Amino acid sequence: MSKSDNHPPFHPVSAPDFLPPAQLRALQWQRLQAIVHRAYERQPLFRQRMDERGLKPADLRSLEDIRKLPFMVKTDLRDTYPFGLFASPMSEIVRLHASSGTTGKPIVVAYNAADIEVWTNAMVRSFAACGVHEGDIIQNAYGYGLFTGGLGAHYGAERLGATVIPISGGNTQRQLMVMKDFGVTVICCTPSYFLHILDQAAEMGIDLRELPLRAGIFGAEPWTENMRQRIQQESGIKAYDIYGLSEIVGPGVAMECQCQCGPHIFEDYFYPEIIDPQTGEVLGDEQEGELVLTTLAKQAMPMIRYRTRDITALTSEPCACGRTLRRIKRISRRSDDMFIIRGVNVYPSQIEAALLSVEGTLPHYQIILTREKGLDEMEVQVEVTAEVFSDTIGALENLQERLAHAIESTVGLRARVRLVTPRTLQRSEGKAKRVIDQRKM
Amino acid sequence: MKIKQLSLFLENKPGALSAPMRVLAAEGLNITTLSIADTQNFGILRLILRDWERARELLEKNGFVVKVTDVVAIEVPDKPGGLAEVLGVLEGTGINVEYMYAFTLKKEDKGVLVFRFDDPDRAVTTLQQHRINVVDQIEIFRRANGQA
Repeated sequence: MSKSDNHPPFHPVSAPDFLPPAQLRALQWQRLQAIVHRAYERQPLFRQRMDERGLKPADLRSLEDIRKLPFMVKTDLRDTYPFGLFASPMSEIVRLHASSGTTGKPIVVAYNAADIEVWTNAMVRSFAACGVHEGDIIQNAYGYGLFTGGLGAHYGAERLGATVIPISGGNTQRQLMVMKDFGVTVICCTPSYFLHILDQAAEMGIDLRELPLRAGIFGAEPWTENMRQRIQQESGIKAYDIYGLSEIVGPGVAMECQCQCGPHIFEDYFYPEIIDPQTGEVLGDEQEGELVLTTLAKQAMPMIRYRTRDITALTSEPCACGRTLRRIKRISRRSDDMFIIRGVNVYPSQIEAALLSVEGTLPHYQIILTREKGLDEMEVQVEVTAEVFSDTIGALENLQERLAHAIESTVGLRARVRLVTPRTLQRSEGKAKRVIDQRKM
Repeated sequence: MKIKQLSLFLENKPGALSAPMRVLAAEGLNITTLSIADTQNFGILRLILRDWERARELLEKNGFVVKVTDVVAIEVPDKPGGLAEVLGVLEGTGINVEYMYAFTLKKEDKGVLVFRFDDPDRAVTTLQQHRINVVDQIEIFRRANGQA
């Protein structure tokens, strides 16, 4: 079966994707004023911060003035847990979700009926951008429940007119059976879970290249270009990066188009800024910094200048797909999985890139941090694959050495590399747990 | 004249060796000989057994990384200088011994040594030219079963 398809990569609700910049800015300005008024009237925390600065909503004279407004951060959601940031009465709230955050109390987010509409449209536009359309059969392996991924993708897929299989995560053999028997054309899941599906398929003797599956919509965790290449090669599908976070809406804040050159932000809904994470100063396009987002169209829980902790850059370079929406560069680092070892900031994605740069593909790894006699140690456990396994000690030691060297030249630290038996490292069915920190702080 | 050997990756930790052994035992596969090379972190288990294809399939199905390697089994007189004589033949040929191990498969007064050469085909030819007995797959399992 051919995996190509010539369906136009948009949907009637995709129209704002193609607005001329001046019109887009005008729309953003209009929506920003409304949301700032709403938050000022209904969010005590926002009002308090505005008052501290002597600011009133009417002090905003243009879109540019957004930078005068106070930031919101993750701890604001924790501190006001559970309902402190809600700007709609409970009687109007139709859905609650909680972030997938694993540290401490969850973060609760709320949607009224109009917000669900906005989110659904953002997901329809996301699917459409990468060529998913009515008639596609979408296996939704994002978790259903409190996590925003499952239902977010679900409602978008239904509105698109596709057939949704709400399989959620887990039970990989069943996932493969369904994929094969139902003729699935599109899958939604975390990229690490898809790698797990690939492993399982190989074990079951299923070649995904022979199935109708043609696209994967992967998000909820950072991944690398190397991982994309590997997924595409081994499964014959196109792998697309979707970006989102519960605090803003869930998946569908930004999505890659068929050009696969970074996710387009749905700027009419989510206003992006890049700031210097140290000073808070707003940076220009193409400059790397922390992504800050303002929800322009969400009512039940407006987020104004929310600091995402994701490090990226905005680009306004024209995209061949014709969308005028700016794109974010691949999220290279994420502060929530960053760790500091011997004073050096290290991101698991850097370790991954180093491992993949060495001959052979070694996708499954885990980083173990320990403290021995007051000194931090990093051990990187890498599963041995059939391609790299040699029956001589020398060749395996050489592989270990090359991996250690690649890590050292990437992060500037010496790591102990330990080869381990395949399929022994923990596989999560949602986000991969890459770092195990055993240091007693 | 070459013999198929299975090599397995093992972690250097308790229980690592028993896992593949149980897989083979459950299917009634008998091992003719084996050797383990170990380092601080990992080991390589090398196995010679008659049903190597079936063993490979079973081990891979159980999640082991398995590699098939051609090795050469050489009959060596069980007397001082027996091994030296074999190695002497290879000296100067440029053929390298990657590793070797011995197993006691005695027929008359000869032992069998398993060699992994970087160039097994040329090694076999050279050894045969010097009238050193290279034991083939059929012969080795026949002898292992005491049918000498």
